[in-house]
Amino acid sequence: MVRPLKDRIRGKYMEYFIQQLINGLTLGSIYGLVAIGYTMVYGIIGMINFAHGDIFMLGGFAALIIFLILTSFFAGIPVALLLLLMLLVGMLMTGLWNWTIERVAYRPLRGSFRLAPLITAIGMSIALSNFIQVTQGPRNKPIPPLVTDTYHFGDITISLKQILIVVITSILLFAFWYIVNKTPLGRAQRATEQDRKMAALLGVDVDKTISITFIMGAALAAVAGAMYLMYYGVASFNDGFIPGVKAFTAAVLGGIGSLPGAVLGGLLIGLIESLWSAYFSIAYKDVATFAILAIVLIFKPTGILGRPEVEKV
Amino acid sequence: MTTGTTTMTKETILKVEHLSMKFGGLMAINDFSFEAKRGEITALIGPNGAGKTTVFNCITGFYKPTMGMITLSRSNGKELLLERLRDFEINKVAGVSRTFQNIRLFSGLTVLENLLVAQHNVLMKASGYTILGLLGLPTYKNAAKAAIEKAEYWLNKADLTDRADDPAGDLSYGAQRRLEIARAMCTSPELLCLDEPAAGLNPKESLTLNALLRDIRDEGTSLLLIEHDMSVVMEISDHVVVLEYGQKISDGTPDHVKNDPRVIAAYLGVEDDEVEEIEEKLDKGIIEEGAV
Repeated sequence: MVRPLKDRIRGKYMEYFIQQLINGLTLGSIYGLVAIGYTMVYGIIGMINFAHGDIFMLGGFAALIIFLILTSFFAGIPVALLLLLMLLVGMLMTGLWNWTIERVAYRPLRGSFRLAPLITAIGMSIALSNFIQVTQGPRNKPIPPLVTDTYHFGDITISLKQILIVVITSILLFAFWYIVNKTPLGRAQRATEQDRKMAALLGVDVDKTISITFIMGAALAAVAGAMYLMYYGVASFNDGFIPGVKAFTAAVLGGIGSLPGAVLGGLLIGLIESLWSAYFSIAYKDVATFAILAIVLIFKPTGILGRPEVEKV
Repeated sequence: MTTGTTTMTKETILKVEHLSMKFGGLMAINDFSFEAKRGEITALIGPNGAGKTTVFNCITGFYKPTMGMITLSRSNGKELLLERLRDFEINKVAGVSRTFQNIRLFSGLTVLENLLVAQHNVLMKASGYTILGLLGLPTYKNAAKAAIEKAEYWLNKADLTDRADDPAGDLSYGAQRRLEIARAMCTSPELLCLDEPAAGLNPKESLTLNALLRDIRDEGTSLLLIEHDMSVVMEISDHVVVLEYGQKISDGTPDHVKNDPRVIAAYLGVEDDEVEEIEEKLDKGIIEEGAV
């Protein structure tokens, strides 16, 4: 792939760079939303929920199915309403999925040895992607482009869907930040994160709080899934794997357990991926991303914003 | 609430009957029964390893007892079996709160937030399980205001008002102990269980603590405490229960317990025949009562 060559010859380095930044930011927003689910679940029960990538994939399929239902029964539905319903119903459905998974597969193993929930999560991930493969078929499912408007600023092109993705992500992040930091629910989540037993002794229903955390993580992943579908135009049963692991990398890069870290990590991974594909080789973009995971784990295991676990004795 | 010391007229708040707790082959608690009265400070004492904390853990739902019954009577007349409740219901439904020997604050949350977490259920209900709260309805605003006022009240009592916005982990040891008690009180408990509240405190801090505990009792909360510091136990408790090797060896007023030869033997570790000797001497008046 020698995509940038034409632009290099014309000498439009800056425009090309900014274009890649915008693409990276869009992709990074999606990774960031998924990364929050990883980081929250890790924070509250100390478990890496490897099925979270597949929850993201389920979110994409939920959006696709809602899209198909709405467009076939209500042909003239406005695009804005269609998108809103895709997001809201998708959040609800995916939240319900994740709640069920937590209830049947993770909660019975709480208090078991540390590897047990991890192995279950991997099993759950395989089960989910196979379930979709069997029920929805192994081929890529296309969706017609919903939002096609583009804006040109000189040589830079921004599409409306990119703007939508960044705006929706920002709104969700703010809502999420508000819930975690300013509401009794968020306070209970943070307390549960620090000392589950003590939170229970103060009357906090810890099981319910953990369930809500899974639902919230899934709702964000559902939005990410719907936007991924909208951005690339296809949904596939194994979409949960590579983007899922990339979002996990983002969570680790930002510092797993830290919410701002997850967003920052997501944006960085998105930028690295898009800049790498633009200037080096698109075939090696995943190698670049996962090399980051290895480098972070070796040199700064706590990530950029993660706090080292030091206890005052 | 009156604070008389007559035990007879008061109703029971906590009744522990035939409590046994077995860890594998070890009988940590063996057929232990006692009662705590409403509006009193009941102390649970005993040598190291006697099983005091195990009793606490059974009462507060940390352990499921092997045998026995723990009944809590609420002021509205409801009777609850604590060993059948789920962990968070011990506080939410039964109104029992506890502190730990090794402090367990949410060190990453601020002092104020620690006190607000303790009022979680009230706030959750008022905020319509978050959804209505996000819309900013007045019921939630009022509840949030009341919660902060309550937190301020206990901050003031615990002398921590100026530290309200600091992370709880930054407080000194003594302040963390007071905060833990304040946090437990913010759940509006009927029974407050304190596991060695005076451990690691200097004599001055210990005195402040005594005053705080008396204050809490006088406001109508019953207290159950484990304590090693005899000056605290004898000073503030209305009723003392002594535990040794998982069994009750004495039960009564501080003065009664102080002079019980079996308690003396348990604490000083005398031989069995010497216990009889001490008993004899007590009877003959060779040793003065209270000279322990």
